[in-house]
Amino acid sequence: MARRAPANRIRTVITPEGAALPFLLATRGARAAALLIDLALVGIAMSVTTFTLIWLAGGLGIAFHDLELNTPKSRALQALVVIWIIAMFLFRNAWFLLFELGPRGATPGKRVAGIRIAARGTERLTTEAVIARNIMRDIELFMPAVFIGGAISAGSDTELAGWAGALWFAIFVLFPFFNRDALRCGDVIAGTWVVEAPRRRLGQALSVDAPASASDHAFQFTPTELAVYGEFELQTLERVLREGREAALNDVADAISRKIGRAYPYNAERAFLEAYYLQLRGNLEQGMRLGRRKVDKYAA
Amino acid sequence: MSDASPNLIGRNLKDRLGSWFSPAAKADMAAAEDAALRSDRFRLEREGEWKRLEAIVARIERGRLRSVPDEDLLALPALYRTAVSSLAVARETSLDRETLLWLEVLTQRAWFIVYGPRAGLGDWLRRFFGGGWSASVRALGSDILIALALMVIGTVVGWLLVASDPDWYYALMPAGMGDERVPGASRAELMGTLFGQQNEPGLGVFAAALFSNNAQVSILAFALGFAFGLPSAMLLIQNTALLGALLWLYHGQGLTLELVGWLSVHGTTELFAILLAGASGIHIGRAMAFPGEAAVLDAAAAAGRRTAQVMVGVVLMLIVAGLLEGFARQLIDNTAGRMIIGGFMLVLWTGYFFVWRGRSANKGKP
Repeated sequence: MARRAPANRIRTVITPEGAALPFLLATRGARAAALLIDLALVGIAMSVTTFTLIWLAGGLGIAFHDLELNTPKSRALQALVVIWIIAMFLFRNAWFLLFELGPRGATPGKRVAGIRIAARGTERLTTEAVIARNIMRDIELFMPAVFIGGAISAGSDTELAGWAGALWFAIFVLFPFFNRDALRCGDVIAGTWVVEAPRRRLGQALSVDAPASASDHAFQFTPTELAVYGEFELQTLERVLREGREAALNDVADAISRKIGRAYPYNAERAFLEAYYLQLRGNLEQGMRLGRRKVDKYAA
Repeated sequence: MSDASPNLIGRNLKDRLGSWFSPAAKADMAAAEDAALRSDRFRLEREGEWKRLEAIVARIERGRLRSVPDEDLLALPALYRTAVSSLAVARETSLDRETLLWLEVLTQRAWFIVYGPRAGLGDWLRRFFGGGWSASVRALGSDILIALALMVIGTVVGWLLVASDPDWYYALMPAGMGDERVPGASRAELMGTLFGQQNEPGLGVFAAALFSNNAQVSILAFALGFAFGLPSAMLLIQNTALLGALLWLYHGQGLTLELVGWLSVHGTTELFAILLAGASGIHIGRAMAFPGEAAVLDAAAAAGRRTAQVMVGVVLMLIVAGLLEGFARQLIDNTAGRMIIGGFMLVLWTGYFFVWRGRSANKGKP
């Protein structure tokens, strides 16, 4: 999050309370990665279920040609086959649905990728929307496999089916590249989009522990010295102070001291910078309260 | 620019919300007195509430809603609004980037919870069966009639095609399905496909496989509505053309009534479900092709949400149809009994969708 997010991915949503919340659209790469993770997990779950059921069937001591008979054993086997068909249907259709209905709005893959689904605009994410976007997923992803599988089982032209499947797949995979919000077809139908779900820790307030160390050296800057920089530089300085890397502290302290023409004692970079930060911030915030903002050092 | 005002606000806040704060939050309040900057004092005075909100949100996100105490859940909306207003104030008064970004993220996470999917799955299902489903079916309106017309046309076209040239039968019928059911089959052979399968084993497997297959077909009919509804319409016609061809085949041997009985056991439910899926597809297609006053994306989203409920219902109907097809059709071996079941299901569905107005239809009509 240290890097600035590209402006074309930021979407501002006005909450019902009237506050503007910036949302960052997920990159297409993150979504693809999330999808692949999910598909792998679904595949694992499917094969585990399949092997467990086969193992159970083996434990019952029945072979598959018993399926056609009408004995108690084959009834048990039939029940296993029914469970298998239903489980496969659920894995294919309900995996994404159930996870996205949860409070995190994300499948395991999306959680790993740090993204989640959200309703476009100010609307609530509804259960119907989640269902709609996941019904569409079925034709976007699994239809080509059905084409090709159908062609193989019918013994017809598999090459043609392969091309049809590839074309189909390409249309839906490329769909997110042809609209601004990176929507896939399911997002269009459901009125949703996929956004980043960042999590942050709150750092210490800088002015709580700073004054003690700053007052030791009693740096007091004049208004002209503080007028050099604006908000952008202030927040860059804040980042440097929070990261606390020696080299960066030295460089920034040197740059500031050169710019305002004021030396600082040896080994006192941190105290110097903290004092400058606090006084600059106090100065700029006072300006804010009076309706004067100074965006960066180039602003008047 | 006296220092009295923030302190005054701080005191009031403490008095009003005192019971909400943990001891750690009180320590933060004490630290607030020492902070040099006014905006940091603002932050430290409220940090306790923000942290409490974050803890609640984190617990809910981990899916442990049950473990959140009642008073925390009750406080959640108020804490959320406090965070929103803090964010609004901080944006105008503070240049502490860390706090601003963190507050933004916290507000987002709380927003997702406070304005998230309103009902759990159980609640949603209750509303769904208690009128939401039938209301969404009625909301399809004329699209149901369009889909019905397409299905009738498909059946007639199928019949006429095969009647004019029996070779069409092989083109329409997928290979392997119509083993004995081919043009020129004798009456006895055709009779055999309709009756006398009570002792056939593996009915449960048959039912589950039928359901899985039919559900995917209807999901396809719905999802293809995305291409302005045309593929949905074609799928409806193509599937019912099969029906027309079958009808022609059995009609030739004077078995029309028996075939209708055989089909109607599950067919009234299954064809109804396919009708609804196709109608949903057409509904979305029409919303995108003719969005009216709304933007195309908004119209598509509204139609998609409306029809998603119908589709959940369609899948449920197909489960019923699969059970009927797998068990009832094979176990009941006479036309009258089959017609009674089929007719009963038809009346049941029609009544449920169009006659019975559930609770939500009375209250929450937009």
